[in-house]
Amino acid sequence: MSRIDIHNLWKSYDSNVVLENLNLSIDHGDFVSIVGASGCGKTTFLRMILGEEQPSRGSIDIDGEALQPEPSSARGIVFQRYSVFPHLTVLGNVLLALEMSHAKYLCRSFGARRKEQVKRSQQMLERVGLTDAKDQYPSALSGGMQQRLALCQALIAAPKILLLDEPFGALDPGIRKDMQSLVRQLHRELGLTVIMITHDLAEGFQLGTRLLVFDKTRVDPQAPNLYGANITYDLRLNSLSTESTTQIDSQETQCSHDANTQALMV
Amino acid sequence: MRIINRRPASRVANFSIALLPFVVLIVLYAVFSDIRLTANPDDKLLPGVSSFVDAVQRMAFTPSKRTGEFLLWVDTLASLQRLAIGMSISALLGLWLGVLNGLIPWVAAGGSPFVRVLSMIPPMAVLPILFITFGLGELSKYVLIVFGTAPFIARDIEQRVRELPPEQLIKAQTLDANTWQIIVRVVLPQVLPRLVDAVRLSLGAAWLFLIAAEAIASTEGLGYRIFLVRRYLAMDVILPYVMWITLLAFAVDYLFRRMTSWLFPWYGTSK
Repeated sequence: MSRIDIHNLWKSYDSNVVLENLNLSIDHGDFVSIVGASGCGKTTFLRMILGEEQPSRGSIDIDGEALQPEPSSARGIVFQRYSVFPHLTVLGNVLLALEMSHAKYLCRSFGARRKEQVKRSQQMLERVGLTDAKDQYPSALSGGMQQRLALCQALIAAPKILLLDEPFGALDPGIRKDMQSLVRQLHRELGLTVIMITHDLAEGFQLGTRLLVFDKTRVDPQAPNLYGANITYDLRLNSLSTESTTQIDSQETQCSHDANTQALMV
Repeated sequence: MRIINRRPASRVANFSIALLPFVVLIVLYAVFSDIRLTANPDDKLLPGVSSFVDAVQRMAFTPSKRTGEFLLWVDTLASLQRLAIGMSISALLGLWLGVLNGLIPWVAAGGSPFVRVLSMIPPMAVLPILFITFGLGELSKYVLIVFGTAPFIARDIEQRVRELPPEQLIKAQTLDANTWQIIVRVVLPQVLPRLVDAVRLSLGAAWLFLIAAEAIASTEGLGYRIFLVRRYLAMDVILPYVMWITLLAFAVDYLFRRMTSWLFPWYGTSK
């Protein structure tokens, strides 16, 4: 759980301005969904919070401290693809997260520590429903199961902030719905701060406690890259308490269909 | 039906077609050998089957009159040992150079162009330098094999490391991995099967360098023997030796292929 403060954030590549003077504060335990057209800087924004890219100007603070300029265990990530290691089994993938934090030179843990770590990994796998697949390699898993594994691997490292980059974009609608309820449940239980990028407006509304829309506020038709994107809508979805979320769950199927169509038209 | 859509129906048909070029080659050889031998029974260019049997008998199963050794086995052992030592050094060197060049920008800035230039130097052209520097013994043969194959392996591994999805490296960093851990747990295990491939593919070149080095300066070895008996036009020895070398190369290749699927069960299924 962590608070993120962003001041006057700019990002540009040469003369191509991607983000322009962005100011934002994200509270402890918020679930922020970010939507917006392609190429409006959502992913760039996420990469900057991840530490993969540096801001051109401005600052990002986490709990009042300036962000480290490289990825760290403070921020977990689930990408749309390639998030798990193909050469490790399901259990190996989760165990790796624990081994990395302890075995700095040997790179593997042994004996009692390993036993304890295997146990913790299995508990986490059970939580995301992958116990039966623990000895399989990722290539044998379906897309949904791979994303479950990626989520499990990210969460066992106990990040304060969880970043999701279109995590369900490549999944079938049914599996996507399962994954959404899993993420919502984990967010509630672990009290994480979550930032999720999505193309699916309905998903953004359903999952988030807050919805941000990224878009360009000014466009120069002669130089479309002159102005960057900013936050054009900032909707607090706090009215969606636990009870009302459950209500929405029941209407979800119908709802998401309509919203999908809308999102497509947008 | 279009030609590209026609294929041999059964495994038997497939196998027979695979055998066909070999059969044609053998028949052609037999015919021409026969023509030459009827004209001149002492012809050495295309000896008959009985000469091959005699030669193999002499080289492989009779102790040499001069040294008392079974020459074919001595030669085979010497050559395989040189190949194994040379390729092991090559693989280790290529692996580490490749991984560091592929993963660490500061190393790549200096190392990558250097390895690229190194790989452009024709190894046979530096063979005299190796003989002058390292003498005519075993060392210069190892160095020639390493010089000829390590840059290729290093470049291949470097490329494979660069092809790892950046998401994986980011993910490892969010799991608090340091550079060493990323190399040991993420990069090395994923490039090892590629290393086996790269070594397998450079074995052909390695044989070339080995035989060349043996031909010029050696006292035993498969390449040495072929070039030695060339002086007597001993085709009855050369041809069985060439077939034996081919068989060895084929067997090593097959072993390496099996090794990949056996050691790295996850490999090849992830795409």
